[in-house]
Amino acid sequence: MKRRAFTKQLSIAAMASVIGHEIVFAEHLPKNYVPLGLKDPDPFKLFDKDKEMVVLNDKPWNIEAKAHLLNDDVTPNKYMFIRNNGRIPQNIDASTWILKIDGESVKAEKSYSVDDLKTKFKHHTYQLTLECGGNGRSEFDPPAKGNQWTVGAVSCARWTGVRLRDLLEDVGIKSDTVYIGYHAADTHLSGDPYKEPISRGIPIEKALQDETLLAFQMNGDDIPLAHGYPLRLVCGGWPASASGKWVNRLSVRNKVHDGAKMGGSSYRVPCEPVAPGSKVEDSNMCIIESMPVKSLITHPKSGALLKEGQTLHIKGHAWAGELEVSKMEYSIDFGSTWQRCTLQKPVNRLAWQHFIAQVQFPKKGYYEVWAKATDTNGKSQPMVLPGWNPKGYLNNACHRIAVKVV
Amino acid sequence: MNKKLKKQNRSLSKTLITSIVTVLVLVGGLLFFTNDPDKTKTKAEPKEQSMDVSEENFDRIENGIHLATGLVADEGMQLVIQNCTSCHSAKLVIQNRLSREGWQATIKWMQETQNLWNLGPNEEKIIDYLAKNYGPVSKGRRQNLQNVDWYELQ
Repeated sequence: MKRRAFTKQLSIAAMASVIGHEIVFAEHLPKNYVPLGLKDPDPFKLFDKDKEMVVLNDKPWNIEAKAHLLNDDVTPNKYMFIRNNGRIPQNIDASTWILKIDGESVKAEKSYSVDDLKTKFKHHTYQLTLECGGNGRSEFDPPAKGNQWTVGAVSCARWTGVRLRDLLEDVGIKSDTVYIGYHAADTHLSGDPYKEPISRGIPIEKALQDETLLAFQMNGDDIPLAHGYPLRLVCGGWPASASGKWVNRLSVRNKVHDGAKMGGSSYRVPCEPVAPGSKVEDSNMCIIESMPVKSLITHPKSGALLKEGQTLHIKGHAWAGELEVSKMEYSIDFGSTWQRCTLQKPVNRLAWQHFIAQVQFPKKGYYEVWAKATDTNGKSQPMVLPGWNPKGYLNNACHRIAVKVV
Repeated sequence: MNKKLKKQNRSLSKTLITSIVTVLVLVGGLLFFTNDPDKTKTKAEPKEQSMDVSEENFDRIENGIHLATGLVADEGMQLVIQNCTSCHSAKLVIQNRLSREGWQATIKWMQETQNLWNLGPNEEKIIDYLAKNYGPVSKGRRQNLQNVDWYELQ
């Protein structure tokens, strides 16, 4: 008896959790009845993603690509990772969307419609690398809490919008401005309307860069809903959390922005390196800014079987946060020796660069092709895991694919 | 005062409208569900793409895995479903590997910042379940490449 009542209660709670909101009058539901909303939405259809994309989390949505899916020079929507912190805002109407600018260091508060932005400011288009700060988290030991990204939380799409700099100039900001914080329309997982899932920002220096945009287009179309329609802040080369989606307010701050996920271990790493598993005080954690140098072999897909004597053509991308990649190498002997790849210049600052190489194998057997990028400061990717940190950020260890010559 | 009352009134009527719409949708869904022959057919032959989480199926367990959530079937699982998955997906639990202290700290963090309620005496049971079934696995500095899907490259 008791068990049955418990099960019923559990199922209603569980059903409500699947639907994403409380089932009103759940106690009046006919027995064994399943509301239609409980049929799992197909995320691939819902977000127009390729079926090979990997769903790590469905509440909130977190979806990543596999390395070979990222082969395009410009990432199309179907292969672009989704990292959401809260629930996607519902019933967005771009024609009534307002971007409000406030904060201690704004000369006077001001509001803009999307149309204002589109018509009153010059448009700019840049291809920008956006990588989740936690990309590669799944490898850390001891494991770090959060979505266990492998290698696919990175993209390089073409973004169109207005320069944040032009907007800030139009608004008028005081000379004591330190940071620009964003606020957005996504809602907290707990349903609490007073809680923001995420509200991060960027220092004023980054905000004033040419490539920092308030974007309204991605790859020539409206930004897809899951990626921030109708308005998104885009800051290439920095953890993608700085590129706020569904932005409806910017705060011009006279101090480092103190929004949700700016403190504790969120998007912060130990200021000094620590031993794996160490407990780190909040006061010793520093905000992640530019992402480290990294690369990805996007062709062929791992697992290629080759004939003896067959040349392997590899292709991929490399990026280095605020910097450029100056050298790209590959190894087929686990890093004992390295060969140069042909490396292209980026189409614009903060875009990823493409590399290719022709690889020969000396005899039959199992090989791994490792890729290593070096940035303009001379820093290269580590072959083992880089420094451990409590949330498992910034894993830029060399990517590798398996190959067998048979 | 008056403004506040108006606001309250508005939100109350909003809730009421939402409730009515929800009930209408549910009833409509029920009619659709019972009338559509295709729907009843899919129930007989389970398909992978749309998981059927009807009441009797919600408790189904296969190979030690609770099908509806993917969680390991073990003592404390239902407490995890009740207390954790009302905010976030069970997938977030499943992909993590934390020590007892790690799970405890995560619960504390969720209580301090994410509106997680006081778990009372269930907290120990939940942590027991999580630490036993989702404890850390040592991976070293770099694991071998795993689950390689071999194919002939043209």
